[in-house]
Amino acid sequence: MYVYDEFDRSFLAERVAEFRDQVERRLSGALSEDEFKPLRLMNGVYLQLHAYMLRVAIPYGTLSGAQMRKLAHVARTYDKGYGHFTTRQNIQFNWIKLEDLPAAMAALAEVGVHGIQTSGNCIRNVTTDQWAGATPEEVDDPRLWAEILRQYSTAHPEFSYLPRKFKIAITAADHDRAAVKVHDVGLRLHRNAQGEMGFEVLVGGGLGRTPFIGKKIRDFLPAEHLLSYVEAIMRVYNRFGRRDNIYKARIKILVHEIGAEAFSAEVEKEWEAIREGALHLDAPVVEDIRSRFITPDFAQLPDHPAELTGALENPAFATWHRNSVHAHKVPGYSIVTISLKAVGAPPGDATGEQMEVVADLADTYGFGEIRVGHEQNLCLPNIAQKDLPELWRRLEAIGLATPNVNLVNDIIACPGLDYCALANARAIPVAQEIAKRFADLDRARGVGRLHINISGCINACGHHHVGHIGILGVDKAGEEFYQITIGGRADEHAQLGTLLGPAVPYDQVPGLIEDIVDAYMELRASPRELFVDTVARLGVEPFKERVYAAH
Amino acid sequence: MTSPLQQKIKVTGPVVVTANRLADGAVVWRTAAGTWSTALADAAVVTTAPDALALLEGAHERDTDAVGPYIAPVVKGADGRIEPGNRRERIRVEGPTFALPSDTPPTDPLPA
Repeated sequence: MYVYDEFDRSFLAERVAEFRDQVERRLSGALSEDEFKPLRLMNGVYLQLHAYMLRVAIPYGTLSGAQMRKLAHVARTYDKGYGHFTTRQNIQFNWIKLEDLPAAMAALAEVGVHGIQTSGNCIRNVTTDQWAGATPEEVDDPRLWAEILRQYSTAHPEFSYLPRKFKIAITAADHDRAAVKVHDVGLRLHRNAQGEMGFEVLVGGGLGRTPFIGKKIRDFLPAEHLLSYVEAIMRVYNRFGRRDNIYKARIKILVHEIGAEAFSAEVEKEWEAIREGALHLDAPVVEDIRSRFITPDFAQLPDHPAELTGALENPAFATWHRNSVHAHKVPGYSIVTISLKAVGAPPGDATGEQMEVVADLADTYGFGEIRVGHEQNLCLPNIAQKDLPELWRRLEAIGLATPNVNLVNDIIACPGLDYCALANARAIPVAQEIAKRFADLDRARGVGRLHINISGCINACGHHHVGHIGILGVDKAGEEFYQITIGGRADEHAQLGTLLGPAVPYDQVPGLIEDIVDAYMELRASPRELFVDTVARLGVEPFKERVYAAH
Repeated sequence: MTSPLQQKIKVTGPVVVTANRLADGAVVWRTAAGTWSTALADAAVVTTAPDALALLEGAHERDTDAVGPYIAPVVKGADGRIEPGNRRERIRVEGPTFALPSDTPPTDPLPA
């Protein structure tokens, strides 16, 4: 965990006081809605279909037990008892009242949590790998670099009124769990042949109305130049990005229109002028920030302790262990994914009670650390293997031990028309119905890794373009229809899915998804060939023939 | 962005004016008396563009009561009751179309 200093605490306290005053002035009529709206958005407050929505930033997806407990408090005190974890590692409260928001924000600020950088045309909350600091795959802890970017970008005056919002993601592992190729800037931390650490830099990725995979503009940026290089990118974007058309304002459009080579040339020119200036990351500065991350005091423990091997004789525990427990860099420890996808439940939602239990488990067994993944699941990154059986028992008691991580019913879905003012169609009920079709988890396990992503509109908060199966809700003459794509992926081999055929009405979606899965089971070369690999090998046509013949 | 008051209004059937209440975001409808109600049944229903525009203009006069007023379609049910005219408006009236997590016990009924 990163420990905020006095500057952060004062900043948040001032921000809460400022927002309290703004709310009071809005309620009294001293501020009009036109004046107030940009102010509330800067604090993560939206107005949705039924109520205000507060989006709370979870920097690089990392929460402490105390912070999670405070989220539970907000859910219970100011909302309807639950929250929704999002595809950007944040949490949203969907029923909050404007008049309660200052108090809710003050409560969150007590634990260093806020809604800053979750809305508006600024650099948004930086995201990274939820296994950061725990996985043996990484070259360094990417949270350090995300924190450096957070400190640099928060309330940065030059980048608070960008042409459009700006999202940065970082991975430090070869296997990308942060979807860096579909972000405005994607950073992959790695070592060069000399063993030095630096970033591969991608720009212009993104989903939404006009999806693009990011283009590489640098193979290796020495890590000490991270801020100056990002600043150069931001300046080029700020200067050339379009402000005349909201649909063409993202950096991906600029990069696409002028080309990655020309964009890169502009960045390099800008960078040459500032690379050795104030933004150069001197080693003591980096180490000071690194030192503010509390490293767990890991014990010397053996792998596969007797407590674990004995418990693995229980088939239910063994199934969960195979599905939700992952290798850790420290012997005797594991990374645990907590599925927020109980079959039939809204994906990504957690009740206040569940949040409190997760907080307690993190404090008891996991050095107080919790992570949020963009797949809308939670993660306890540092669990001693000997504690896994008891952890599982307690998770199961609260409905958080569904062993379906990465399976067909581990569905990513945006809030859709049930909450969102922008949506054209529902997403959550579609996810619930599909999940129920695969409620037999033996069947789901037989299918293997298969990511379904659902968005209720073209803004693509459910990342449908990069779902192995992507589902996009559209409105056709007042009726909900859904376009289906297959073959997308969000990892290091990121690519956009291919449209399967004509959109189908709401009622037909679950059956069509079953047909796609059945087709895959027939077409795959072997049980080891994943769905997305079968689509890559055969293309969409064999799926199209089978699926649309049935509809 | 063009103000709702400057946009050309097309009315092809019964409509109401709806918004969200400022203080808590609750869904509200404009009444014939120039107030806001949380009950669709209280809404003023109009059927012509000039009447809809007049209702909308009234709704914009004070923005400390409700936020973002707009014209929404309604239909009259068999019993004469006003009902939402499309799915979006129905969801605004009735809430999400699934049980909320706080409505159901947090149990996982699945076998492992």
